[in-house]
Amino acid sequence: MSEENTNYIEILTKGIWKENPVAYQVLGICSALAVTVKMSTSIVMGIALTLVTAFSSMLISALRKKIPSNIRIIAELAIIASLVIVTDQILKAFFYDISKQLSIFVGLIITNCIVLGRAEAFALANKPLASFLDGIGNGLGYSLVLIAVAFLRELLGSGKIFGFNIIPQFFFDAGYQNMGLMVLAPGAFFIIGLLVWLKNSLPGVSKEER
Amino acid sequence: MMGDLFSLFINSVFIGNILLAYFLGMCSFIAVSKNVATATGLGFAVIFVLTVTSPVNWIIYHGLLAPGALAWAGFPDLDLSFLKFITFIAVIAALVQAVEMIIDKYSPLLYVTLGVFLPLIAVNCAILGTSLFMVERNYTFVESIVFGAGSGTGWMLAIVSMAAIRNKVKYSDVPKGLQGFGITMIIAGLMAMTFMMFSGITL
Repeated sequence: MSEENTNYIEILTKGIWKENPVAYQVLGICSALAVTVKMSTSIVMGIALTLVTAFSSMLISALRKKIPSNIRIIAELAIIASLVIVTDQILKAFFYDISKQLSIFVGLIITNCIVLGRAEAFALANKPLASFLDGIGNGLGYSLVLIAVAFLRELLGSGKIFGFNIIPQFFFDAGYQNMGLMVLAPGAFFIIGLLVWLKNSLPGVSKEER
Repeated sequence: MMGDLFSLFINSVFIGNILLAYFLGMCSFIAVSKNVATATGLGFAVIFVLTVTSPVNWIIYHGLLAPGALAWAGFPDLDLSFLKFITFIAVIAALVQAVEMIIDKYSPLLYVTLGVFLPLIAVNCAILGTSLFMVERNYTFVESIVFGAGSGTGWMLAIVSMAAIRNKVKYSDVPKGLQGFGITMIIAGLMAMTFMMFSGITL
């Protein structure tokens, strides 16, 4: 991509759908699933990851000519880890309950392959503003998958959205039951598998290689 | 005492399997589970690294970072626990590097099997996750060794069985959109269900 006619809109939107990180680059699945039992935790996780990716990409891109290439991984990890510490402290200060529920998974943003992957693949070769938008786009794409999974798991698993009951009582009277499997770990695996199937079947997206 | 440790080990291998119950280490789980031999090699490397990093991080956390840990140096009110993320990742990266050099020097045979995987492991979330769990669940020093070894064993068990299943799946008729990543996730889901059957067992 030449630097003069960089199309910022395209950089931003590419990560959200066409090259959506979770389904296509098979990156960052790690922390994606354990926090998806409820919508509220996964939205906070999505925001945290988007901001960390955006700012780490921007900082690494700004420093890209200063970082010697043989120690770049450790330099990138140091930048990302510092940003994660800031995020964790902010969450503890303002959203204490949610930070307790996210437990160790905020810390695991450090080893999330999306953050390091974008730094390696995009930020090292592009200008800070483009890298920032690329980080936002990829973070939002990741959040989209996270929220979709959380929506299905919370709806099917406990019949709630954001903690409010939305399945009417007469459904339960008629014999409807919450699907306990969805709250447990296997439910997340099944939903991701089925979402990938759905996305591969939609027209207009390139097929994933086998 | 031994009974508790044994129960913790079984618990971290099966019921609280680091991969299938907490989704840690998925990246390499998906990428390296195509061949049983490589999966076994990576599995042993993870067991090894986890058994070393978990107690080392325990010593560093409880000796330097925990609230009040620096009382011996005259700072009884100091709480450095927010530094645990950056410290743990640095310790893991340094230890992996050291382990790689030691194996290379003293056991070339083992290096051929494990060497390729060691750099990959430094950014494996299962390693960092185990250290963070160890802090969050307040394990003692001995428990942290057992927990590290147990998590590694559980991870290896999951990736080796996944590699074996994927070898068989090659010959089955999977729907087109589900091929590749999709079917791997469905298989992982079925495996997670089997591992959950152990949750009723109390030792």
